[in-house]
Amino acid sequence: MLKVEETQPVEFSSALLAKFDEIVKRYPEGKQKSALLPLLHLVQAEFGWTSVPAMDKVAEYLNIQSIEVYEVASFYTMYFLQPKGKYVLEVCRTGPCCLVGAEKIMDHIEKKLGVKEGEVTQDGLFSWRGVECLAACGFGPVLQIGPEYTFYENLTEQSVDQLIDDLKNKDLRQ
Amino acid sequence: MGRKLLLEHINVPGINTLAVYREKGGYRAVEKALKTLTPEEIVEEVKKSGLRGRGGAGFPTGMKWSFLAKPEGVPRYLVCNADESEPGTFKDRYLMTHIPHALIEGMIVSSFALGANTSYIYVRGEMMPQIRILERAIEEAKAAGFLGKNILGTGYDLELYVQPGGGAYICGEETALLESLEGKRGNPRIKPPFPAIAGLYGCPTVVNNVESIAAVVPIVNDGGDEYAKIGIGRSTGTKLISASGNLVKPGVYEIELGLPVEEFIYSDEYCGGIANGKRLKATVAGGSSVPVLPANLTLKYANGEPRLMSYESLSEGGFATGTMLGSGGFIAFDEDQCIVRNTWNFSRFYHHESCGQCSPCREGTGWMEKILHKIEHGHGTMEDIDLLWDVQRKIEGNTICPLGDAAAWPVASAIRHFRDEFEWHVKEPMKSQSTNYGLANYANPIEKKPEEVKEA
Repeated sequence: MLKVEETQPVEFSSALLAKFDEIVKRYPEGKQKSALLPLLHLVQAEFGWTSVPAMDKVAEYLNIQSIEVYEVASFYTMYFLQPKGKYVLEVCRTGPCCLVGAEKIMDHIEKKLGVKEGEVTQDGLFSWRGVECLAACGFGPVLQIGPEYTFYENLTEQSVDQLIDDLKNKDLRQ
Repeated sequence: MGRKLLLEHINVPGINTLAVYREKGGYRAVEKALKTLTPEEIVEEVKKSGLRGRGGAGFPTGMKWSFLAKPEGVPRYLVCNADESEPGTFKDRYLMTHIPHALIEGMIVSSFALGANTSYIYVRGEMMPQIRILERAIEEAKAAGFLGKNILGTGYDLELYVQPGGGAYICGEETALLESLEGKRGNPRIKPPFPAIAGLYGCPTVVNNVESIAAVVPIVNDGGDEYAKIGIGRSTGTKLISASGNLVKPGVYEIELGLPVEEFIYSDEYCGGIANGKRLKATVAGGSSVPVLPANLTLKYANGEPRLMSYESLSEGGFATGTMLGSGGFIAFDEDQCIVRNTWNFSRFYHHESCGQCSPCREGTGWMEKILHKIEHGHGTMEDIDLLWDVQRKIEGNTICPLGDAAAWPVASAIRHFRDEFEWHVKEPMKSQSTNYGLANYANPIEKKPEEVKEA
């Protein structure tokens, strides 16, 4: 669902726009809409989610209608239409990972973070959700964290605890 | 030891760099193709090799290439399908992570053969690390003169770009992938026209899987005839198999097609048997979309002959007693796994991933998930099992793209082979919540060796 009440204006930095310019060059003249998915990834990496004002600005940049951006952002699972925690733990919940304990890992994360799937922790640091197959079935259970989409494989309850603690500490240092 | 064409140098330190890749004979195929062969000759070699699409459909790659329309003055495109999302499949991620130049080299040779001057590698968005690896490899190749203008002084120009997806299984379907690459929702197109006539931006386009494109490199180097000598019958060459589930050594293995399934599961060269000394209950041999088979039918045909890892052998017996090689996503289930639960899990996946264009798939996948959830959680009735059968029948063959079939087959095969386990969930609703049906009569013909038994 789009968060339409979000009216916080968004400014794209010149560094971000330079990246946009670079990407648009990959496609033939007049086919700049092809850049939409990569651009939305860049926007999300910068702002943590794809808000309506940010999507409007992308539409303006690509010279397309806003609805063409909304319909794409809402079709694909990677774009967050609502604000999320700074670190979103996305755990694979599909068959092969479940054969080796993914469900237990999700239960553990829920307990450890104290929030349900999709919710944000009070300090704003963490969200978690189950996602479909991440193509790492031989190394399951696995989880990924955007915007770099770093992978964590062969998860155990201990390794998940360690990961969450490390991320907390990393954030304190910043 | 089986021959390795793609993963031969996987353990060489630095093989992800251009320098080491070239030391091991990399980019020979580019030199040979661009300097000594015509595009038609390369297409001919690929035809002779018998290479079949490694993404799952198994359509002959050379034939697909020969369908490409070549109207004057219209650009042609090669698009690599790296939207690897079929549950159980992780071979393309592995290849791109460790030997990115194998894909880049294949893309250059294949683009030349097809007359494409701009090519795209569409990588699923979750694979951002692999996207960075590929982009670095492309930069290296460009700096060495293998990409860009006038490659190796031959007058051939090629620009290669990596495109991220947005997280949608459906974009592995080639026309959905092209829609996505055009910046749209991934709704599959009605065919015809096929991409070979009207693909990306309405221009003639070939879409090939990562592994298929990488396999073009050894085919050009050694010739299509040499490649065709490996394998068995119409299943030529080697295949990457992604092995997951309850195995001692899950991972990606390159096999010569024709390897006995039993050897693949139990030999130390490959998966090393079932983990924790347990027995095999069932397998999904080619990614979540192909029919699930009980252990006895996985290892042997209904007539008792051994089953092999090949397109033909895995589908021997049709859907009654066989399955498919698919994308090579081999999932093993041990005796403690519940078939109903896994089928529910897969149904949830297809419901989640249905693009919503065709009613039978959009609605049917949801109904299958609901009914399976009900049975798995102890609220099912015997009629539900028949209803489930009825729903899957109404999806299969009634949709624009194969996602409908892919959603129906796992359900159909689970009921076909494991109906007693479904009925047990209905008859023993309480018991089924705390225990599993177990191995039952899906007998694993391989006896458990005493020394393999360990405490779980």
